[in-house]
Amino acid sequence: MQSGQNDERERFIDENLRRVYDETMEEGIPDKFKDLLNQLKEQDKNAGKKG
Amino acid sequence: MSNSDPRDQLVEHLPAMRAFAISLTRNGAVADDMVQDTLVKAWTNIEKFEVGTNMRAWLFTILRNTYYSSRRKANREVADVDGVFTESLAEKPAHDGHMQMTDFRKALGLLKDEQREALLLVGASGFSYEEAAEMCGVAVGTIKSRTNRARARLAELMGLRDDESLEMTDDATMSVISASKVSSF
Repeated sequence: MQSGQNDERERFIDENLRRVYDETMEEGIPDKFKDLLNQLKEQDKNAGKKG
Repeated sequence: MSNSDPRDQLVEHLPAMRAFAISLTRNGAVADDMVQDTLVKAWTNIEKFEVGTNMRAWLFTILRNTYYSSRRKANREVADVDGVFTESLAEKPAHDGHMQMTDFRKALGLLKDEQREALLLVGASGFSYEEAAEMCGVAVGTIKSRTNRARARLAELMGLRDDESLEMTDDATMSVISASKVSSF
């Protein structure tokens, strides 16, 4: 009985955790991250120019 | 297409990295800085990533190392500079004896770092206890007990006790959903 309650409590907490997470996930990725990745890519391209 | 560059996959993990970082630091700006640092580290050390293993776990490991080393430097000052999550923590539970569920984030912020981290990895990010243990460099049993303690503490902070029914769930859920619409980073 006790453990049944705990399971319910656990589910309840995890649901809220995921909701907090999803909220951030749904914001999408700010452009600065994509810019950074492009910069890194660009850097590599330039550095990788061998003869 | 097995010879694709693993760096091309980094972008797929960004939303999850941000979610973890924000929950860990409770500060959007600090979290984004951390994620940027992690991206640069991952990019420049990509040869250390073993293709075929879990990239998300690898990235989260870098992310949490970044967090703990910057926290050591800056001391606890860094976390929650905006005070968004911890303000009014001293408030008493609502008149019905329950904290509002909108306070879930605040309650999360009150957990010890190790407990919050374990719960985020296992409860929200979907890692196994074993994966989380490896990422944190502790025993599986330690992750299990941290997660259990985190859940128990959250339940306590939210006024959910073992002897109570959870019929408040629906209202509480709604309040979290509506709170998420107004809150922003």
